[in-house]
Amino acid sequence: MKPHTDKTYDAQLDDLRNKLLSLGGKVETEIATSVRALAERDSALAEAVINADREVNRLEVEIDEVCRRLLVLRQPAASDLRFITTALKIVVDLERIGDLAVNIAQRAIDLNQSPPLRPVHDLTKLAELCQKQVRAALDAFVDGDAERAEAVIKGDELLDAVYHNLFNELLALMMEDPRNIRRANSLLFVAKHLERLGDHATNVAEMVIYMVRGTDVRHPGSRTSKSIPPPET
Amino acid sequence: MIAAANKIDVHALNAWFKSNHALRDVSLSVPERTVLAIIGPSGCGKSTFVRCLNRMHELIPGARQAGKVLVDGQDLHAGGVDPVTLRRRVGMVFQRANPFPTMSIYDNVVAGLRLNGIKGDYPALVEKTLRQAALWDEVKDRLQHSALSLSGGQQQRLCIARALAIEPEVLLMDEPASALDPIATAKIEELIRELAESLTIVIVTHNMQQAARVSDATAFFYMGELIEHGPTEQIFTNPKEPRTEDYVTGKFG
Repeated sequence: MKPHTDKTYDAQLDDLRNKLLSLGGKVETEIATSVRALAERDSALAEAVINADREVNRLEVEIDEVCRRLLVLRQPAASDLRFITTALKIVVDLERIGDLAVNIAQRAIDLNQSPPLRPVHDLTKLAELCQKQVRAALDAFVDGDAERAEAVIKGDELLDAVYHNLFNELLALMMEDPRNIRRANSLLFVAKHLERLGDHATNVAEMVIYMVRGTDVRHPGSRTSKSIPPPET
Repeated sequence: MIAAANKIDVHALNAWFKSNHALRDVSLSVPERTVLAIIGPSGCGKSTFVRCLNRMHELIPGARQAGKVLVDGQDLHAGGVDPVTLRRRVGMVFQRANPFPTMSIYDNVVAGLRLNGIKGDYPALVEKTLRQAALWDEVKDRLQHSALSLSGGQQQRLCIARALAIEPEVLLMDEPASALDPIATAKIEELIRELAESLTIVIVTHNMQQAARVSDATAFFYMGELIEHGPTEQIFTNPKEPRTEDYVTGKFG
Protein backbone atom coordinates (compact mmCIF):
# COMPACT_ATOMS: atom_id res chain seq x y z
CA MET A 1 0.00 0.00 0.00
CA LYS A 2 1.20 3.43 -0.93
CA PRO A 3 2.01 5.53 2.16
CA HIS A 4 0.30 8.82 2.97
CA THR A 5 2.31 11.91 2.13
CA ASP A 6 2.03 12.81 5.80
CA LYS A 7 3.68 9.80 7.45
CA THR A 8 2.26 10.57 10.87
CA TYR A 9 -1.18 9.79 9.42
CA ASP A 10 0.02 6.28 8.56
CA ALA A 11 1.41 5.88 12.07
CA GLN A 12 -1.95 6.91 13.56
CA LEU A 13 -3.85 4.45 11.36
CA ASP A 14 -1.39 1.68 12.28
CA ASP A 15 -1.88 2.50 15.93
CA LEU A 16 -5.65 2.18 15.51
CA ARG A 17 -5.28 -1.13 13.66
CA ASN A 18 -3.00 -2.51 16.38
CA LYS A 19 -5.39 -1.48 19.14
CA LEU A 20 -8.26 -3.25 17.36
CA LEU A 21 -6.16 -6.38 16.93
CA SER A 22 -5.24 -6.31 20.56
CA LEU A 23 -8.91 -5.95 21.51
CA GLY A 24 -9.85 -8.79 19.13
CA GLY A 25 -7.18 -11.03 20.64
CA LYS A 26 -8.42 -10.31 24.14
CA VAL A 27 -12.05 -11.15 23.42
CA GLU A 28 -11.01 -14.34 21.58
CA THR A 29 -9.15 -15.40 24.72
CA GLU A 30 -12.16 -14.48 26.84
CA ILE A 31 -14.44 -16.76 24.82
CA ALA A 32 -12.02 -19.68 24.93
CA THR A 33 -11.39 -19.24 28.64
CA SER A 34 -15.05 -18.91 29.60
CA VAL A 35 -15.93 -22.09 27.70
CA ARG A 36 -13.02 -23.92 29.33
CA ALA A 37 -14.12 -22.70 32.76
CA LEU A 38 -17.45 -24.35 32.02
CA ALA A 39 -16.14 -27.60 30.51
CA GLU A 40 -13.41 -28.10 33.12
CA ARG A 41 -15.54 -26.83 36.01
CA ASP A 42 -12.80 -24.33 36.87
CA SER A 43 -14.23 -21.27 38.65
CA ALA A 44 -10.82 -19.62 38.93
CA LEU A 45 -10.67 -19.49 35.13
CA ALA A 46 -14.12 -17.94 35.10
CA GLU A 47 -12.94 -15.25 37.52
CA ALA A 48 -10.01 -14.55 35.22
CA VAL A 49 -12.44 -13.82 32.37
CA ILE A 50 -14.44 -11.42 34.51
CA ASN A 51 -11.26 -9.58 35.50
CA ALA A 52 -9.89 -9.49 31.95
CA ASP A 53 -13.00 -7.71 30.70
CA ARG A 54 -11.93 -4.45 32.35
CA GLU A 55 -9.06 -4.21 29.92
CA VAL A 56 -11.48 -4.83 27.04
CA ASN A 57 -13.69 -1.98 28.21
CA ARG A 58 -10.72 0.34 28.56
CA LEU A 59 -9.56 -0.50 25.03
CA GLU A 60 -13.03 0.17 23.65
CA VAL A 61 -13.02 3.69 25.07
CA GLU A 62 -9.48 4.27 23.85
CA ILE A 63 -10.30 3.11 20.30
CA ASP A 64 -13.34 5.40 20.16
CA GLU A 65 -11.11 8.27 21.14
CA VAL A 66 -8.51 7.47 18.49
CA CYS A 67 -11.26 7.30 15.83
CA ARG A 68 -12.76 10.63 16.86
CA ARG A 69 -9.34 12.24 16.77
CA LEU A 70 -8.64 10.86 13.30
CA LEU A 71 -12.02 12.02 12.00
CA VAL A 72 -11.60 15.57 13.20
CA LEU A 73 -7.92 15.99 12.39
CA ARG A 74 -7.72 14.15 9.07
CA GLN A 75 -11.19 14.36 7.56
CA PRO A 76 -10.52 10.94 6.08
CA ALA A 77 -11.81 9.89 2.66
CA ALA A 78 -12.25 6.72 0.61
CA SER A 79 -10.57 3.62 2.12
CA ASP A 80 -9.36 5.58 5.17
CA LEU A 81 -12.89 6.75 5.89
CA ARG A 82 -14.24 3.23 5.47
CA PHE A 83 -11.54 1.82 7.74
CA ILE A 84 -12.15 4.33 10.52
CA THR A 85 -15.95 4.09 10.42
CA THR A 86 -15.61 0.29 10.40
CA ALA A 87 -13.36 0.51 13.45
CA LEU A 88 -15.97 2.63 15.24
CA LYS A 89 -18.64 0.02 14.54
CA ILE A 90 -16.78 -3.21 15.16
CA VAL A 91 -15.36 -2.00 18.44
CA VAL A 92 -18.92 -2.10 19.78
CA ASP A 93 -19.40 -5.69 18.60
CA LEU A 94 -16.07 -6.78 20.04
CA GLU A 95 -16.84 -5.24 23.40
CA ARG A 96 -20.25 -6.97 23.40
CA ILE A 97 -18.55 -10.28 22.63
CA GLY A 98 -16.39 -9.68 25.70
CA ASP A 99 -19.51 -9.01 27.79
CA LEU A 100 -21.10 -12.24 26.58
CA ALA A 101 -17.97 -14.18 27.51
CA VAL A 102 -18.27 -12.65 30.98
CA ASN A 103 -21.90 -13.79 31.15
CA ILE A 104 -20.82 -17.32 30.21
CA ALA A 105 -18.14 -17.20 32.90
CA GLN A 106 -20.73 -16.12 35.50
CA ARG A 107 -22.99 -19.03 34.49
CA ALA A 108 -19.98 -21.35 34.77
CA ILE A 109 -19.35 -20.23 38.35
CA ASP A 110 -23.01 -20.86 39.13
CA LEU A 111 -23.04 -24.29 37.46
CA ASN A 112 -19.85 -25.33 39.20
CA GLN A 113 -21.71 -25.17 42.55
CA SER A 114 -23.89 -28.19 41.59
CA PRO A 115 -22.98 -31.67 40.33
CA PRO A 116 -22.55 -31.79 36.55
CA LEU A 117 -25.49 -32.45 34.35
CA ARG A 118 -25.18 -35.19 31.74
CA PRO A 119 -22.57 -33.88 29.24
CA VAL A 120 -24.28 -31.85 26.58
CA HIS A 121 -22.41 -32.71 23.47
CA ASP A 122 -23.59 -29.90 21.21
CA LEU A 123 -22.52 -27.16 23.64
CA THR A 124 -18.85 -27.84 22.97
CA LYS A 125 -19.56 -27.93 19.28
CA LEU A 126 -21.40 -24.59 19.45
CA ALA A 127 -18.58 -23.02 21.45
CA GLU A 128 -16.00 -24.19 18.93
CA LEU A 129 -18.07 -22.85 16.04
CA CYS A 130 -18.41 -19.47 17.74
CA GLN A 131 -14.71 -19.16 18.37
CA LYS A 132 -14.04 -20.08 14.77
CA GLN A 133 -16.48 -17.44 13.54
CA VAL A 134 -15.01 -14.69 15.70
CA ARG A 135 -11.47 -15.60 14.69
CA ALA A 136 -12.39 -15.71 11.00
CA ALA A 137 -14.14 -12.32 11.22
CA LEU A 138 -11.08 -10.79 12.85
CA ASP A 139 -8.75 -12.38 10.30
CA ALA A 140 -10.94 -11.05 7.50
CA PHE A 141 -10.63 -7.58 9.07
CA VAL A 142 -6.85 -7.81 9.43
CA ASP A 143 -6.30 -9.07 5.90
CA GLY A 144 -9.06 -6.94 4.34
CA ASP A 145 -10.48 -10.21 2.99
CA ALA A 146 -14.10 -9.75 1.89
CA GLU A 147 -14.49 -13.35 0.71
CA ARG A 148 -13.53 -14.63 4.12
CA ALA A 149 -16.06 -12.23 5.63
CA GLU A 150 -18.72 -13.63 3.33
CA ALA A 151 -17.87 -17.12 4.59
CA VAL A 152 -18.43 -15.91 8.15
CA ILE A 153 -21.88 -14.57 7.25
CA LYS A 154 -22.73 -17.88 5.60
CA GLY A 155 -21.32 -19.78 8.59
CA ASP A 156 -23.86 -18.21 10.92
CA GLU A 157 -26.55 -20.50 9.50
CA LEU A 158 -24.74 -23.59 10.76
CA LEU A 159 -24.26 -21.94 14.11
CA ASP A 160 -27.98 -21.18 14.37
CA ALA A 161 -28.82 -24.78 13.43
CA VAL A 162 -26.54 -26.16 16.14
CA TYR A 163 -28.09 -23.75 18.64
CA HIS A 164 -31.60 -24.98 17.80
CA ASN A 165 -30.57 -28.62 18.24
CA LEU A 166 -29.04 -27.77 21.55
CA PHE A 167 -32.17 -25.92 22.61
CA ASN A 168 -34.27 -29.00 21.92
CA GLU A 169 -31.79 -31.25 23.69
CA LEU A 170 -31.88 -29.09 26.81
CA LEU A 171 -35.67 -28.86 26.67
CA ALA A 172 -35.85 -32.65 26.61
CA LEU A 173 -33.56 -32.82 29.65
CA MET A 174 -35.88 -30.51 31.54
CA MET A 175 -38.96 -32.55 30.66
CA GLU A 176 -37.17 -35.75 31.64
CA ASP A 177 -36.62 -34.63 35.21
CA PRO A 178 -37.62 -31.37 36.92
CA ARG A 179 -34.42 -31.50 38.98
CA ASN A 180 -32.54 -30.77 35.73
CA ILE A 181 -34.37 -27.54 35.13
CA ARG A 182 -32.11 -25.14 36.96
CA ARG A 183 -28.90 -26.45 35.43
CA ALA A 184 -30.36 -27.02 32.00
CA ASN A 185 -31.73 -23.49 32.08
CA SER A 186 -28.28 -22.12 32.88
CA LEU A 187 -26.82 -24.10 30.00
CA LEU A 188 -29.55 -22.72 27.78
CA PHE A 189 -28.42 -19.22 28.71
CA VAL A 190 -24.84 -20.16 27.82
CA ALA A 191 -26.05 -21.47 24.48
CA LYS A 192 -27.97 -18.27 23.85
CA HIS A 193 -24.92 -16.17 24.72
CA LEU A 194 -22.86 -18.18 22.27
CA GLU A 195 -25.47 -17.76 19.56
CA ARG A 196 -25.54 -13.97 20.14
CA LEU A 197 -21.78 -13.92 20.09
CA GLY A 198 -21.93 -15.47 16.62
CA ASP A 199 -24.27 -12.68 15.52
CA HIS A 200 -21.69 -10.10 16.56
CA ALA A 201 -19.08 -11.96 14.51
CA THR A 202 -21.49 -11.65 11.57
CA ASN A 203 -21.80 -7.91 12.19
CA VAL A 204 -18.03 -7.56 12.11
CA ALA A 205 -17.92 -9.54 8.86
CA GLU A 206 -20.55 -7.29 7.27
CA MET A 207 -18.54 -4.21 8.17
CA VAL A 208 -15.39 -5.81 6.75
CA ILE A 209 -17.17 -6.22 3.42
CA TYR A 210 -18.11 -2.53 3.55
CA MET A 211 -14.56 -1.60 4.42
CA VAL A 212 -13.09 -3.58 1.54
CA ARG A 213 -15.66 -3.07 -1.21
CA GLY A 214 -17.53 0.04 -0.12
CA THR A 215 -20.87 -1.73 -0.40
CA ASP A 216 -23.21 -2.16 2.52
CA VAL A 217 -24.51 -5.73 2.61
CA ARG A 218 -26.64 -5.30 5.72
CA HIS A 219 -30.42 -5.45 5.54
CA PRO A 220 -30.80 -5.82 1.77
CA GLY A 221 -33.83 -4.01 0.42
CA SER A 222 -33.90 -1.33 3.11
CA ARG A 223 -31.69 1.10 1.22
CA THR A 224 -33.17 4.49 0.37
CA SER A 225 -32.06 5.76 -2.99
CA LYS A 226 -31.46 9.38 -2.16
CA SER A 227 -28.30 9.80 -4.18
CA ILE A 228 -28.30 11.75 -7.39
CA PRO A 229 -27.96 9.50 -10.41
CA PRO A 230 -24.49 9.67 -11.95
CA PRO A 231 -24.16 12.17 -14.77
CA GLU A 232 -24.33 10.66 -18.21
CA THR A 233 -21.03 10.63 -20.01
CA MET B 1 -28.12 13.11 -30.15
CA ILE B 2 -27.28 14.77 -26.88
CA ALA B 3 -29.49 14.13 -23.87
CA ALA B 4 -31.60 17.22 -23.36
CA ALA B 5 -30.89 17.33 -19.64
CA ASN B 6 -27.18 18.04 -20.13
CA LYS B 7 -26.24 21.70 -19.95
CA ILE B 8 -22.64 21.07 -20.93
CA ASP B 9 -21.20 18.30 -23.06
CA VAL B 10 -17.48 18.01 -23.60
CA HIS B 11 -16.16 15.60 -26.23
CA ALA B 12 -12.51 14.62 -26.60
CA LEU B 13 -11.30 18.02 -25.51
CA ASN B 14 -7.58 18.65 -25.92
CA ALA B 15 -5.82 21.90 -25.04
CA TRP B 16 -2.29 23.12 -25.45
CA PHE B 17 -0.17 26.05 -24.34
CA LYS B 18 2.37 26.14 -27.16
CA SER B 19 3.91 22.63 -26.96
CA ASN B 20 2.53 21.85 -23.50
CA HIS B 21 -0.37 19.42 -23.84
CA ALA B 22 -2.48 20.66 -20.92
CA LEU B 23 -5.69 18.66 -21.47
CA ARG B 24 -5.81 15.21 -23.00
CA ASP B 25 -8.98 13.82 -24.50
CA VAL B 26 -11.38 14.94 -21.82
CA SER B 27 -15.03 13.97 -22.24
CA LEU B 28 -17.71 14.64 -19.67
CA SER B 29 -21.18 16.09 -19.26
CA VAL B 30 -22.79 18.34 -16.70
CA PRO B 31 -26.56 17.94 -16.24
CA GLU B 32 -28.55 21.14 -15.98
CA ARG B 33 -28.83 22.73 -12.52
CA THR B 34 -26.17 20.58 -10.92
CA VAL B 35 -22.77 21.41 -9.46
CA LEU B 36 -19.66 19.77 -10.84
CA ALA B 37 -16.51 20.04 -8.72
CA ILE B 38 -13.14 19.62 -10.33
CA ILE B 39 -10.29 18.49 -8.13
CA GLY B 40 -6.68 17.64 -8.80
CA PRO B 41 -3.17 18.87 -8.04
CA SER B 42 -1.74 22.10 -9.46
CA GLY B 43 -1.02 21.81 -13.16
CA CYS B 44 -3.52 18.99 -13.71
CA GLY B 45 -5.51 21.02 -16.22
CA LYS B 46 -8.55 21.92 -14.14
CA SER B 47 -8.36 25.68 -14.70
CA THR B 48 -7.64 25.13 -18.39
CA PHE B 49 -10.70 22.93 -18.55
CA VAL B 50 -13.07 25.56 -17.17
CA ARG B 51 -11.50 28.23 -19.37
CA CYS B 52 -12.39 26.14 -22.38
CA LEU B 53 -16.02 26.21 -21.31
CA ASN B 54 -16.38 29.93 -22.03
CA ARG B 55 -13.68 30.26 -24.66
CA MET B 56 -11.27 32.04 -22.39
CA HIS B 57 -8.51 29.55 -23.05
CA GLU B 58 -8.09 30.79 -26.60
CA LEU B 59 -7.35 34.33 -25.36
CA ILE B 60 -3.95 33.20 -24.08
CA PRO B 61 -1.17 33.63 -26.68
CA GLY B 62 0.02 30.27 -27.99
CA ALA B 63 -3.06 28.46 -26.76
CA ARG B 64 -4.83 25.90 -28.97
CA GLN B 65 -7.60 23.43 -28.49
CA ALA B 66 -9.28 20.53 -30.24
CA GLY B 67 -12.42 18.58 -29.56
CA LYS B 68 -15.88 19.85 -28.84
CA VAL B 69 -17.55 21.82 -26.10
CA LEU B 70 -21.32 22.07 -26.32
CA VAL B 71 -23.60 24.23 -24.22
CA ASP B 72 -27.25 23.29 -24.64
CA GLY B 73 -26.13 21.08 -27.50
CA GLN B 74 -24.58 23.99 -29.37
CA ASP B 75 -20.92 23.76 -30.36
CA LEU B 76 -19.07 26.77 -28.93
CA HIS B 77 -16.79 26.89 -31.94
CA ALA B 78 -19.52 26.62 -34.54
CA GLY B 79 -19.71 29.53 -36.92
CA GLY B 80 -21.83 32.36 -35.65
CA VAL B 81 -21.07 31.85 -31.97
CA ASP B 82 -19.91 35.17 -30.59
CA PRO B 83 -17.55 34.64 -27.64
CA VAL B 84 -18.77 37.78 -25.92
CA THR B 85 -22.40 36.67 -26.08
CA LEU B 86 -21.30 33.23 -24.95
CA ARG B 87 -19.57 34.67 -21.88
CA ARG B 88 -22.81 36.35 -20.92
CA ARG B 89 -24.41 32.92 -20.77
CA VAL B 90 -21.40 31.29 -19.13
CA GLY B 91 -20.19 33.59 -16.37
CA MET B 92 -17.03 33.25 -14.37
CA VAL B 93 -15.76 34.01 -10.87
CA PHE B 94 -12.05 33.89 -10.13
CA GLN B 95 -9.83 32.97 -7.22
CA ARG B 96 -9.01 36.56 -6.33
CA ALA B 97 -11.94 38.88 -5.96
CA ASN B 98 -11.53 41.40 -8.75
CA PRO B 99 -14.18 44.10 -8.41
CA PHE B 100 -13.66 47.16 -10.59
CA PRO B 101 -11.58 49.23 -8.14
CA THR B 102 -12.71 52.68 -9.21
CA MET B 103 -16.41 51.79 -9.15
CA SER B 104 -18.95 51.79 -6.37
CA ILE B 105 -20.63 48.62 -5.17
CA TYR B 106 -23.73 49.55 -7.18
CA ASP B 107 -21.78 50.27 -10.35
CA ASN B 108 -19.91 46.99 -10.06
CA VAL B 109 -23.14 45.05 -10.04
CA VAL B 110 -24.57 46.83 -13.09
CA ALA B 111 -21.27 47.01 -14.99
CA GLY B 112 -22.07 43.98 -17.11
CA LEU B 113 -25.53 45.29 -17.91
CA ARG B 114 -24.21 48.70 -19.00
CA LEU B 115 -21.43 47.09 -21.03
CA ASN B 116 -23.94 44.93 -22.84
CA GLY B 117 -26.38 47.80 -23.29
CA ILE B 118 -29.07 46.01 -21.33
CA LYS B 119 -31.77 48.38 -20.14
CA GLY B 120 -33.96 47.77 -17.13
CA ASP B 121 -34.85 48.73 -13.59
CA TYR B 122 -31.27 48.86 -12.33
CA PRO B 123 -32.01 49.57 -8.62
CA ALA B 124 -34.39 46.60 -8.45
CA LEU B 125 -31.90 44.41 -10.30
CA VAL B 126 -29.08 45.43 -7.99
CA GLU B 127 -31.14 44.50 -4.95
CA LYS B 128 -32.25 41.18 -6.42
CA THR B 129 -28.73 40.23 -7.47
CA LEU B 130 -27.11 41.29 -4.21
CA ARG B 131 -29.72 39.30 -2.33
CA GLN B 132 -28.98 36.30 -4.52
CA ALA B 133 -25.31 36.68 -3.67
CA ALA B 134 -26.18 36.91 0.06
CA LEU B 135 -24.61 40.36 0.28
CA TRP B 136 -27.59 42.72 0.29
CA ASP B 137 -28.05 43.05 4.04
CA GLU B 138 -24.41 43.94 4.51
CA VAL B 139 -24.20 46.62 1.80
CA LYS B 140 -27.70 48.02 1.29
CA ASP B 141 -26.87 51.24 3.17
CA ARG B 142 -23.64 51.94 1.34
CA LEU B 143 -24.22 51.03 -2.27
CA GLN B 144 -22.33 54.13 -3.43
CA HIS B 145 -19.22 53.28 -1.44
CA SER B 146 -16.17 52.00 -3.26
CA ALA B 147 -16.12 48.26 -3.88
CA LEU B 148 -12.71 48.24 -2.23
CA SER B 149 -14.27 49.27 1.08
CA LEU B 150 -15.59 45.71 1.37
CA SER B 151 -13.80 42.80 3.04
CA GLY B 152 -12.28 40.07 0.91
CA GLY B 153 -15.25 37.76 1.37
CA GLN B 154 -17.70 40.54 0.57
CA GLN B 155 -15.71 41.50 -2.51
CA GLN B 156 -15.91 37.91 -3.72
CA ARG B 157 -19.67 37.85 -3.21
CA LEU B 158 -19.84 41.18 -5.04
CA CYS B 159 -18.05 39.53 -7.96
CA ILE B 160 -20.57 36.73 -7.85
CA ALA B 161 -23.37 39.32 -7.86
CA ARG B 162 -21.74 41.03 -10.85
CA ALA B 163 -21.62 37.70 -12.66
CA LEU B 164 -25.24 36.94 -11.74
CA ALA B 165 -26.56 40.35 -12.85
CA ILE B 166 -26.41 39.40 -16.51
CA GLU B 167 -28.34 36.22 -15.69
CA PRO B 168 -25.92 33.57 -16.87
CA GLU B 169 -27.07 29.97 -17.32
CA VAL B 170 -23.72 28.55 -16.29
CA LEU B 171 -21.36 29.83 -13.62
CA LEU B 172 -17.71 28.81 -13.68
CA MET B 173 -15.87 29.28 -10.38
CA ASP B 174 -12.11 28.94 -10.20
CA GLU B 175 -11.09 28.57 -6.54
CA PRO B 176 -13.71 31.12 -5.42
CA ALA B 177 -13.08 30.69 -1.71
CA SER B 178 -9.40 29.85 -1.42
CA ALA B 179 -8.45 33.31 -0.16
CA LEU B 180 -11.37 33.62 2.25
CA ASP B 181 -11.83 32.95 5.95
CA PRO B 182 -14.08 30.07 7.10
CA ILE B 183 -17.12 32.32 7.60
CA ALA B 184 -16.92 33.89 4.16
CA THR B 185 -16.21 30.43 2.74
CA ALA B 186 -19.32 28.98 4.37
CA LYS B 187 -21.41 31.81 2.90
CA ILE B 188 -20.04 31.17 -0.58
CA GLU B 189 -20.68 27.43 -0.23
CA GLU B 190 -24.25 27.98 0.90
CA LEU B 191 -24.68 30.37 -1.99
CA ILE B 192 -23.43 27.75 -4.47
CA ARG B 193 -26.07 25.30 -3.28
CA GLU B 194 -28.78 27.95 -3.62
CA LEU B 195 -27.65 29.06 -7.06
CA ALA B 196 -27.65 25.46 -8.27
CA GLU B 197 -31.42 25.54 -8.06
CA SER B 198 -31.48 27.88 -11.03
CA LEU B 199 -28.16 27.47 -12.84
CA THR B 200 -25.41 25.02 -13.66
CA ILE B 201 -22.13 25.44 -11.80
CA VAL B 202 -18.62 24.15 -12.41
CA ILE B 203 -16.25 24.81 -9.53
CA VAL B 204 -12.52 24.24 -9.38
CA THR B 205 -11.19 23.75 -5.88
CA HIS B 206 -8.12 22.51 -4.04
CA ASN B 207 -10.22 22.04 -0.94
CA MET B 208 -11.54 18.50 -1.14
CA GLN B 209 -13.97 18.90 1.72
CA GLN B 210 -15.38 21.90 -0.10
CA ALA B 211 -15.80 19.85 -3.27
CA ALA B 212 -17.51 17.16 -1.22
CA ARG B 213 -19.86 19.66 0.40
CA VAL B 214 -21.02 21.70 -2.57
CA SER B 215 -21.10 19.39 -5.55
CA ASP B 216 -23.34 16.72 -7.02
CA ALA B 217 -20.61 15.22 -9.16
CA THR B 218 -16.84 15.38 -8.90
CA ALA B 219 -14.20 15.03 -11.59
CA PHE B 220 -10.60 14.22 -10.71
CA PHE B 221 -7.97 15.49 -13.14
CA TYR B 222 -4.34 14.41 -13.14
CA MET B 223 -1.65 15.55 -15.57
CA GLY B 224 -4.19 16.78 -18.08
CA GLU B 225 -6.29 13.63 -18.00
CA LEU B 226 -9.73 13.08 -16.57
CA ILE B 227 -9.06 10.13 -14.27
CA GLU B 228 -12.47 9.65 -12.73
CA HIS B 229 -15.85 11.35 -12.82
CA GLY B 230 -18.78 10.25 -10.70
CA PRO B 231 -21.30 11.17 -8.00
CA THR B 232 -19.46 13.14 -5.32
CA GLU B 233 -20.40 10.73 -2.56
CA GLN B 234 -18.90 7.84 -4.50
CA ILE B 235 -15.69 9.71 -5.36
CA PHE B 236 -15.03 10.49 -1.69
CA THR B 237 -16.19 7.23 -0.10
CA ASN B 238 -15.47 4.62 -2.73
CA PRO B 239 -13.50 5.81 -5.75
CA LYS B 240 -12.95 3.26 -8.47
CA GLU B 241 -9.57 4.47 -9.71
CA PRO B 242 -6.46 3.90 -7.57
CA ARG B 243 -5.13 7.35 -8.55
CA THR B 244 -8.33 8.98 -7.26
CA GLU B 245 -8.10 6.92 -4.07
CA ASP B 246 -4.50 8.06 -3.55
CA TYR B 247 -5.40 11.70 -4.15
CA VAL B 248 -8.45 11.90 -1.88
CA THR B 249 -6.72 10.01 0.93
CA GLY B 250 -3.62 12.21 0.76
CA LYS B 251 -1.12 9.86 -0.86
CA PHE B 252 0.67 12.17 -3.24
CA GLY B 253 3.71 11.59 -5.43
